[in-house]
Amino acid sequence: MSKEERKNEGKNQYSIIIPTYNERLNIALIVYLIFKHLRDVDFEIIVVDDGSPDGTQDIVKQLQQVYGEDRVVGTAYIHGLKHASGNFVVIMDADLSHHPKYLPSFIKKQLETGASIVTGTRYVKGGGVHGWNLMRKLTSRGANVLAHTFLWPGVSDLTGSFRLYKKSVLEDIITSVVSKGYVFQMEMIVRASRKGYRIEEVPITFVDRVFGSSKLGGSEIVEYLKGLAYLLVTT
Amino acid sequence: MKHIFKIISLLAAISAFWVGLLQASIIPRTHTWLLPIYLVVSLGCYGLLMVGVGLMQFPTCPQEAVLLQQDIAEAKGFLKDKGVDVGSD
Repeated sequence: MSKEERKNEGKNQYSIIIPTYNERLNIALIVYLIFKHLRDVDFEIIVVDDGSPDGTQDIVKQLQQVYGEDRVVGTAYIHGLKHASGNFVVIMDADLSHHPKYLPSFIKKQLETGASIVTGTRYVKGGGVHGWNLMRKLTSRGANVLAHTFLWPGVSDLTGSFRLYKKSVLEDIITSVVSKGYVFQMEMIVRASRKGYRIEEVPITFVDRVFGSSKLGGSEIVEYLKGLAYLLVTT
Repeated sequence: MKHIFKIISLLAAISAFWVGLLQASIIPRTHTWLLPIYLVVSLGCYGLLMVGVGLMQFPTCPQEAVLLQQDIAEAKGFLKDKGVDVGSD
């Protein structure tokens, strides 16, 4: 690490936001792994749970006993990022498809380049996916080519949701985003790109453990195309 | 400038070029009329090629699934000792 990076790193705090729904076991595992991989980093974990029926919030309370209430925060809704006290925000999934072991590489990339956003990409060498069948890969690749043809987004993985943002940048973009779901992720990165924010990528691996759930049926494809058309015209 | 305007400008430039070709008669008229179709078909083929190549080169990581299982076991062990309920899913 350079002297500049070390100087900058000392003052940074990272707020890691993890939305959950019925992730009783996974949230405990992911909190453990984050603490394991970010030993010398000033961070807090914000679990956003809207009252999952499986008692995820109870587990969060147990985790607070182990790690401290200042390091693990539970909240029912994100409410304009008010709960995040860091100057950087990481957003990741709770189901372990996003592995905390990549967090240091996100942080390092940001410190090296001063980027406003660092996004994880599954589609480059060093990254990858496990647990997808051929059909899933086909639709993913097709969607990617389509999006690149029409949107010229400047990133290789548009729908990825493992990202590090400068908090000020996140707050700036999120106000103009109206989509939901994975189109939300696309809209965020495309709007950031249009506004001229510097976006860097790091390879990540994505292990999809949700076997059998068809996340890409006909209606999802239609939704995607509508999202793409919307982004084409409004960004 | 909004992205859509960039695309429209690009299409306008291509159209102007095409009309220019029609009027200048450098290429036989019958060929020139077909040029837009050739362009669309070429783009389509290129797109399909990109999808095919991307599919073949799709990076996979089966070893990551194994590593993940190890991480999960390690995490469960630690958390159980600390009193966190890791029994159910």
